[in-house]
Amino acid sequence: MELLSQVGGSVINGLAYVGSLVSLGGRAAYYTFVAPFQGKPIRFQRAVSQALDVGVRALPILSLITFFIGLILALQAAYELRRFGAMSYVATAVAVSMSRELGPLITAIVVIGRSGSAFAAEIGTMKVTEEIDALETMAISPVHFLVTPKFIAMAAMLPCLTIWANAMGILGGSLFGVAKADFTFIRYIWASLDSLFLRDIVTGLIKSVMFGITITAVGCLEGLSTGAGAEQVGRSTTRAVVMSIFLVIVVDLVFTALFFFMSQG
Amino acid sequence: METALTDSLETTATISVRDLRVNYGEREILHGISFDVNRGETLVILGGSGSGKSTLLRTLVGLEKPSSGQIWIKGQDIAAIPPSEMDAIRKRIGMSFQGGALFGSMTVGENVALPLREHTRLEESTIEIMLRLKLEQVGLQGFEYYMPSQLSGGMKKRAAVARALAMDPEILFFDEPSAGLDPIIAAGIDQLILELKQAFRMTIIVVTHELASAYLIADRMVLIDKGNIVAIGTTEEMRASTQPRVRQFLDRVAEPEVSRELDYLQMLTEDRRSK
Repeated sequence: MELLSQVGGSVINGLAYVGSLVSLGGRAAYYTFVAPFQGKPIRFQRAVSQALDVGVRALPILSLITFFIGLILALQAAYELRRFGAMSYVATAVAVSMSRELGPLITAIVVIGRSGSAFAAEIGTMKVTEEIDALETMAISPVHFLVTPKFIAMAAMLPCLTIWANAMGILGGSLFGVAKADFTFIRYIWASLDSLFLRDIVTGLIKSVMFGITITAVGCLEGLSTGAGAEQVGRSTTRAVVMSIFLVIVVDLVFTALFFFMSQG
Repeated sequence: METALTDSLETTATISVRDLRVNYGEREILHGISFDVNRGETLVILGGSGSGKSTLLRTLVGLEKPSSGQIWIKGQDIAAIPPSEMDAIRKRIGMSFQGGALFGSMTVGENVALPLREHTRLEESTIEIMLRLKLEQVGLQGFEYYMPSQLSGGMKKRAAVARALAMDPEILFFDEPSAGLDPIIAAGIDQLILELKQAFRMTIIVVTHELASAYLIADRMVLIDKGNIVAIGTTEEMRASTQPRVRQFLDRVAEPEVSRELDYLQMLTEDRRSK
């Protein structure tokens, strides 16, 4: 009985948390799609500077990581494919697994580490120093002013970063392809492009948009629900990272399953 | 009936608080508080730590929701109005927070100009002029390009006051204006409040535990203890009061020290029972 009530409690808490995420996302959607027509313009300047931060500044580390991931994928694929004498399929394996799954996922993880945590820390600090309260007493909605530009920046930048990550992954794979699988660089790239359907890329990009929205919602919600005191900011930041990683995986599963059954039917 | 009440309040008081109760979760912080703030007066809300004075201030500016009671500001009950009307009221009040609450990512100038840029369609050149004017009023001329982190504690407070003044508010709220400042800088902030009072005839509400500062700036004082109003009156009336709790606070008599664990437990339980 005890166990049952504990499980029930956790489920209710979990649903309440998802509810707050959806509500925050909904309010941001209102300020993005409805409020501009009621004379409350979007903060484009803030969105652009956020996009610069979450997008452009993530490129060096994202490039390096996805290049290595591509190389690792090639090595792992080659380990199996070699037994069938099918080394020429290394390019296909890397290209498909990058663009369908690992490109969006690794991008999301890097962005969680760089930006999701930063959102929680930034908004959490503003909460502790009463800056959020100050916004409200000035009749400026924190969701409009702070959160919405982050949603716009993330929803726009994650697909861009994902395309970049896919390209870098294929590049990483090509290093192995050229060195060990008798490809020339040009042939490897052609083989990769040949193996990709538009569907592979588009499903990856749709997922990446959902990841971006999820990461922003969690980061901002954790920031806004920060309690009093500096140590609470650290706690919010940690929770933002852990929750984001978990929820990104859940969203990934849901959408992958959705795409799978859609392609069947 | 509601309109009649509104009319009568409009003529006498800028703010009227009636039987205000505020809860944090299960715990009631304010136990039914009522008072008026007259137009153009400076009211100081005095009280010790944990007395509920900060909660009262946060409720007055709409940051906390009352669990019951009414707060009439400019003839509207802010406990009952929709958010859009609350925003309209907020544009007519200014609030200076304890730590300044300046936005760290913006310059002092951008901080002060933010309400103007958000809520008005003024030309950028006009905003620049108003910005200089506001900074001059608080004695910070020439500091618009500094970041808040480059300012001292007293200067941050002054910048926060400039931002609170940006929209030419009718009511100005201060949360602990002298907290964390040395006596000389704190006296400077008191002086600034006096200047604002004389120059603009604004209604000013100050929450503080600093007696010296309260005596200097207040027209009237409210003393709050454990979520109840202990005394309310002009500065002279408070000075002359013989109420033990008022005397204790004004004469700075220490609470009897809790020395034994059992006494402490008894105190806690009595506290619980009295609710």
